Amino acid sequence: MPYVVTEACIGVLDRACTKVCPVDCLYEGGRMMYINADECVDCGACEPVCPMEAIYYEDDLPDEMQVYREAGIAFFEKIGSPGGAKKAGKLTHDAGPAAMRAE
Amino acid sequence: MTSTAVAPLRVAVIGAGPAGYYATEALLASETPLVAVDMFDRLPTPWGLVRAGVAPDHPRIKSVSAQFAEIAGHPRYRYFGNVELGRDISRDELLARYDAVLYAVGARSERRLGIAGEELPGSLAASDFVAWYNGHPDHAALAPDLSGTRAVVIGNGNVALDVARMLLLPQGELSQTDTADHAIAAFAASNIREVVILGRRGPAEAAFTTPEIRELADIEGLDVGVDEPALLEQPLPPETPDIKRIQRNITALTKYGAGQSDGERRMRFRFLRSPVEIGGNGRVESITLAINRLETEGGRTKAIDTGERETIAADLVIRAVGYRGVPLPGVPFDEASATIPNEQGKVTGGDREYVAGWIKRGPSGVIGTNRGDAVETVEQLLADFTGAESRAATRDDISAWLRSRCPDMVDHAGWLGIDRQETGLGEPSGRPRVKLVTIAAMLAAARDTAPASELQTQD
Repeated sequence: MPYVVTEACIGVLDRACTKVCPVDCLYEGGRMMYINADECVDCGACEPVCPMEAIYYEDDLPDEMQVYREAGIAFFEKIGSPGGAKKAGKLTHDAGPAAMRAE
Repeated sequence: MTSTAVAPLRVAVIGAGPAGYYATEALLASETPLVAVDMFDRLPTPWGLVRAGVAPDHPRIKSVSAQFAEIAGHPRYRYFGNVELGRDISRDELLARYDAVLYAVGARSERRLGIAGEELPGSLAASDFVAWYNGHPDHAALAPDLSGTRAVVIGNGNVALDVARMLLLPQGELSQTDTADHAIAAFAASNIREVVILGRRGPAEAAFTTPEIRELADIEGLDVGVDEPALLEQPLPPETPDIKRIQRNITALTKYGAGQSDGERRMRFRFLRSPVEIGGNGRVESITLAINRLETEGGRTKAIDTGERETIAADLVIRAVGYRGVPLPGVPFDEASATIPNEQGKVTGGDREYVAGWIKRGPSGVIGTNRGDAVETVEQLLADFTGAESRAATRDDISAWLRSRCPDMVDHAGWLGIDRQETGLGEPSGRPRVKLVTIAAMLAAARDTAPASELQTQD
């Protein structure tokens, strides 16, 4: 039961979350951060530090944010479980609403 | 081997828990200057509370150790286990040999209640109880008496919940975990059927995190309830700090209601209670509680004693009211906060000394909180050493000193030997590991020869 990054992250990418994650499971996509659900250990360190309040515990996702849980899964379909965001580096793709919004 | 033009800065990190590893990670990431890290721990085994604190029924959290194992593979990292600052080596000796010393020793003692009867047999600190069931060698002989029926746990944080769960988990579940064998046996023989969790203030002031409250519903056969559920209906002022977590906690607790009176295994939350005396003839038999009311003043909610008392029967009292730091010989220490005084991690009045983790900021936060904390300290350290040359002893001089001073020192290969033996012992029964619980057993495993291809000597 992991955490999920949602709408308020899009275009912001503050990355305060990455500084506190003990397992480096927050990956940078093109326009927002994504949590790898398999690597997340549910420690909860990221949720309170996000200045945009974009992170939710999966159980607490409001209905309109459920789409971000699926986005989180789809994002990793291309790359699997890299075992740490530092290894993966900045990625250029997105999934879900962040991939659909045109600027 | 190519010789480097400039010797790296050499930093001693004291403590191999999360704060120590995150500080090490940040130090090793520095390119100018390059840094080499020697990490020390008083135990043969590393990982601190990730090994000895995280509850065995939370194995996912323990997987952070994979990060630590990766950091430990770095060529500029060395591990020296079973070496204790004070007992084996001194602060002055470290400062003479290293460019800087970073203390990440955590908070291994506990806050006391300061009430009569606290010393009675059957009254324990959660820090000791948790260390016992996690196989910490210093507490393996705790032998808590679980022959009674009711345990009272004092405290409203996640440690209180860990203790309560471990006392009430169905027997079959524990046997699949890395809980120490002596604790699995003790819990299997336990008569404890009810755990009452006491909080000085109300549900809105509890430090629990929501997933830990919710997961109680998944424990088979466990009846969870809140004494006085009306307390859960108090409205929350909108300016309440951390209001989302508190609202979710209240919602989660409300689902349990008052519980069923005939539950075979029961967990009860009782709020607005402060312990004033533990009673009993030669051992814990009862606990007397002050009934509190709440008063909010200047954004802070306090518990005020109403003068009313209630006494309940208890066979075991476990206080989970906070860990507390312990001073290091020769190192500045603030008794009130039980931390080493510092500014953003640089020790006040120190000499090239730094701190990270609980000994720096007090025993708060989750594992990941230590990462930002450690990074802040390392930024200070690197700023202080910008452009500086290393004046440290050589790596070989340091190894020679440690090997002669501490013949029972456990290096990284030795830890891998312990790890290999523990995981090997767990494999036949599908357990993640079976912990070795004495220093002697750990040292024997550390010396156990492995195929040469697996050995990585560090110097």
